[in-house]
Amino acid sequence: MALTGLFLCLFLVGHLLGNLQLLIPGDDGQRAFNEYAYFMTHNPFIKILSYLTYFSILFHAVDGLVLTIQNKKARPIKYAYNKPERNSKLPSRYMAILGSAILIFIIMHMANFWAVMHFQEDIPLEKMTYVFESPSGESVDFDYYTTHNNGVTINNFRNHVPVSAVEKDSLTGKSDVVIKNQTEFYVDGQKKKIAEGYKDLHSITLAFFGHDKEDKAGLPANEYAIVAVLLYVLAMVVLAFHLWHGFASAFQTLGFKNEKYTKLLDGFGKVFSVLVPLGFAIIPIILFLTK
Amino acid sequence: MSVLDAKIPEGPIKDKWTNHKNKINLVNPANKRLIDVIVVGTGLAGGSASASLAEMGYNVKAFCFQDSPRRAHSIAAQGGINAAKNYQNDGDSIYRLFYDTVKGGDYRSREANVYRLAEVSANIIDQCVAQGVPFAREYGGLLDNRSFGGVLVSRTFYAKGQTGQQLLLGAYSAMNRQIGKGKIKMYNRHEMLELVKVDGKARGIIARNLVTGELERHSAHAVVIASGGYGNVFFLSTNAMGSNVTAAWRVHKKGAYFANPCYTQIHPTCIPRSGDYQSKLTLMSESLRNDGRIWVPKNMEDVEAIRKGTKKPTDLSEDERDYYLERRYPAFGNLVPRDVASRAAKERCDAGFGVNDTGEAVYLDFASAIMRYGKEKATVEGEYNASEDRIRELGEGVIEAKYGNLFQMYQKITDDNPYKTPMKIYPAVHYTMGGVWVDYNLMTTIPGCYAAGEANFSDHGANRLGASALMQGLADGYFVLPYTIGDYLSDDIRTGPISTETSEFEEAENDVKQRLESFINNKGSKSVDHFHRRLGKVMWDKVGMSRNETGLKEAIAEIKQIREEFYKDVFVPGGMDELNPELEKACRVADFIELGELFANDALHRTESCGGHFREESAEEDGPQKGEAKRDDKNFAYVAAWEWTGDPGAAKLHKEELTFNDIELKQRSYK
Amino acid sequence: MKLTLKIWRQKNANDKGGIKTYSLDNVSEHMSFLEMMDVLNEQIIAEGKEEPIAFDHDCREGICGMCSMHINGQPHGPDRAITTCQLHMRSFNDGDTIYIEPWRAKGFPVIKDLVVDRSAFDRIQHAGGFVSVGTSGNTQDANAIPIPKADADKAFDAATCIGCGACVAACKNASAMLFVSAKVSQFALLPQGKVEAKRRVLNMVEQMDKEGFGNCTNTGACSVECPKEISLENIARMNREYLKASVTGE
Repeated sequence: MALTGLFLCLFLVGHLLGNLQLLIPGDDGQRAFNEYAYFMTHNPFIKILSYLTYFSILFHAVDGLVLTIQNKKARPIKYAYNKPERNSKLPSRYMAILGSAILIFIIMHMANFWAVMHFQEDIPLEKMTYVFESPSGESVDFDYYTTHNNGVTINNFRNHVPVSAVEKDSLTGKSDVVIKNQTEFYVDGQKKKIAEGYKDLHSITLAFFGHDKEDKAGLPANEYAIVAVLLYVLAMVVLAFHLWHGFASAFQTLGFKNEKYTKLLDGFGKVFSVLVPLGFAIIPIILFLTK
Repeated sequence: MSVLDAKIPEGPIKDKWTNHKNKINLVNPANKRLIDVIVVGTGLAGGSASASLAEMGYNVKAFCFQDSPRRAHSIAAQGGINAAKNYQNDGDSIYRLFYDTVKGGDYRSREANVYRLAEVSANIIDQCVAQGVPFAREYGGLLDNRSFGGVLVSRTFYAKGQTGQQLLLGAYSAMNRQIGKGKIKMYNRHEMLELVKVDGKARGIIARNLVTGELERHSAHAVVIASGGYGNVFFLSTNAMGSNVTAAWRVHKKGAYFANPCYTQIHPTCIPRSGDYQSKLTLMSESLRNDGRIWVPKNMEDVEAIRKGTKKPTDLSEDERDYYLERRYPAFGNLVPRDVASRAAKERCDAGFGVNDTGEAVYLDFASAIMRYGKEKATVEGEYNASEDRIRELGEGVIEAKYGNLFQMYQKITDDNPYKTPMKIYPAVHYTMGGVWVDYNLMTTIPGCYAAGEANFSDHGANRLGASALMQGLADGYFVLPYTIGDYLSDDIRTGPISTETSEFEEAENDVKQRLESFINNKGSKSVDHFHRRLGKVMWDKVGMSRNETGLKEAIAEIKQIREEFYKDVFVPGGMDELNPELEKACRVADFIELGELFANDALHRTESCGGHFREESAEEDGPQKGEAKRDDKNFAYVAAWEWTGDPGAAKLHKEELTFNDIELKQRSYK
Repeated sequence: MKLTLKIWRQKNANDKGGIKTYSLDNVSEHMSFLEMMDVLNEQIIAEGKEEPIAFDHDCREGICGMCSMHINGQPHGPDRAITTCQLHMRSFNDGDTIYIEPWRAKGFPVIKDLVVDRSAFDRIQHAGGFVSVGTSGNTQDANAIPIPKADADKAFDAATCIGCGACVAACKNASAMLFVSAKVSQFALLPQGKVEAKRRVLNMVEQMDKEGFGNCTNTGACSVECPKEISLENIARMNREYLKASVTGE
């Protein structure tokens, strides 16, 4: 429990740092966040970490469940009258319930974002608008997909696939470029991959928390964004309680505590357990408020 | 007198034990496996004996009535354990420890035994440290010592106020090692109710499983009684609720002589009784007398005002207080030995100066020590103009560092703050020096039946010095009994296992069964405690701190009366085949009543005063010692060993004359 | 004062048991809790209708560890750093209702009424709660190995455990970690105990698990309710010792 718990604490820090990029305004924010999301899904080292994270969550949950069952069995007859609040703090007694709530949150969270990103075939890809001046002096908007295509030049735009190229011709029902496997661009009818786009997780997230950006990613704002925000914040409160006990507890279990470090670890644990969930929670709040 | 052979080895006193060990018979390791030993009681003596015997190879069966050997009442000893280590380089030696112990015992102990005790004392400390007993240490990492009453050197090793606990847990851990190996079979929640003799030798016991009520037969080649003292004959004492005389009394009734039953130590500093419901008394360590001053008001009006609550002790000026120990014993003051301090408190309270509702309490006042320490501390800290309040605050800090846990304990029990108002204290029964008579080998007058620790009589004479009980318990168990028992058992290597299917076991079991049935079937009207309380009151009033012929004779008659009524009118609820605390108590109280009578008879016959036994008729009549105890070495320098004859009032007296070759008999003076 | 007492009654280990209500008058605030129980038992005996209440107790000065009552939802009652026998009635008010139950744990089966079987604690000690040294007395001099005062004091603090089982009774998981860690710590801190440290901690923990005690989730209730205020640091130390022993082997 302790090892996986502490590993998950580390994961939380990484995840939070990534998420904070959602607060960078404008296209820069979108770019940074989607680039980050791409990095997180493609770097082999991160891949290992992510599998370790899945494993940790599962192990932490299963081990917690096993221990809870054992612990229940250790007291087959309950006290008729018990006052545990006189000798222990509330979060420490409800770790299993707090943990279960967090697990439910994680499942929902993954359904909302992770599953979309991994499995939704028509996932929106990052698009940008480029404004340039034509020789005649007019400014022209040019919409394109941000891609990385290993140096292949298409229609004179390096790293960009025009949105129009993907759009189907109204008469023939065909397009110049087709998207396969979520992000891969192919010239219609050819096998050669010409570029790879970025999943627009940024827009998905913003839309989920109430941003209406139909013009760009084509995503309508989540009708129930307020509910999503509230549930998210609630989950973070639960997480805070879980960490309030869990962080210091992990060090106790691993035997790191002694009279020298106990105070330091306890203090750090409390700061950690407030700051990290708070950091997570303010993101959807701000997003919701700035929609 | 020929029956009593103490078997003291020949030779000069310092060589006796070594010579004896060299000469006694041994049992070879292979044969030890064929021999069973029963140990009753798992305190310091019983626990250490069980562990040592098992380690030597014997098959040990150990019994305790508590739910674990670790709960034996040795655990409650606070102060410390003496050992002639001379770590402080203050001139201590085996001889000095021997001398102090014999003198402290008012010359009523057996020289050879005491010398041996002093001799092995140093080994005890080595042994315990090796077992991981966390004794107090100095910053340099070496063991710390403190000083106790009645001696001029620092030889007491301690572990804060829980020395007994730490030593007992040491012995318990040594037992655990052997239990884990299967060499000790531990019987928790079992009480020995009878000794079984076969062909005149102790060959087993009948024990009751206190959970199921089942009577069990256990056989062995030897039986060791290490069941502690019998202070609970007074009902109220500092002993544990379960401490009892039953094991010792049962062997007495089977032929073991009971020695000096009247020698009782009454500890001067205990928390007084607060009401009739009181079940036990709590000791406050003797060390408090280093800094506390004992007093009662000089004037009766003040006593009455205090009892009514119209005046507080702190309202009385110095002139209105009677520091009676300082007045009577200017040389030793508040640090006179336990027996003297106790009697002086009783004298004041009997004269009507007791300061609580029951009239049985005196003050132990730390105010002057607090101010004295406060001033010292202020000087050290450089606060030369400290206010009185500041000095008091500093002084209270010093006292807290020294006695914090005792002060807290006092406050929990009495709800008084001893930093602000004097403690109330009163003497209480604490330890019994008397016990089963044993020879130099710790064997009773029944062959194969041994007694160790507080259960025997041997080492403390008529008064025990502080920090000596722990020493004796462990000396007997670790270092004496395991050797001496081999001398007897060497004859048993061919005996083989002892059957419990014999008429002797049958008969003993039936006796116990009848005894238990008679209690259960006795449809009386009064609880066991009712009789125990009555017995205790008689014992305390007439056979307590000071005794006289009239009182003792009355006591004997009253105890007989209580005994008669007890058997007629006691009511024991519940059945035999279950956990039945009332039945357990009934068996114990029955034995206490018989012992009480022997106790009073012993006190009656000993017309001298000595140690814990103060006979009012035997006091110094004039001179500087007027009113103090007067010993009679000419007529009473002997151990009174009583033989059971079927009636506790008609026990037969045997005398073991005490000869002192290495110590000169002197009067103890504390003036 | 007058009290209503709700006390667990159970004839024997196989009986189902239940709470029974008693009322007791004229309770003095100076009584200890166990003296109050004595008075109640006297009343029950005098009425002669049922057996008095069985409860464990012995020294009545807070050191033997025998007394074991769960009083108003807490082991050893509402006060801190004391055992039941040191609890006094002044901690309660006239008219109070007091629940008295036995320790509840699979490792501590009820024998009768408020008496439980704590022999599991003994068995854990048999598994390793000792230093394997002979009792011959032929050991080296007690001062041969100096021990830093700080270590000796910490070892002492751990060794003050009285084995009452309040830690198990208080723990929501009925875990015996504080008890076991106190012994492991005492020896781990002393040079005499270090030799066998690995084997000791592995064996004692194994036995603890066998006895059916729960797992430690670090709620800290044990230490709060401990009459000797044994520190949680001991559990950390035991965890450390256990990890060390598990990783490096004997």
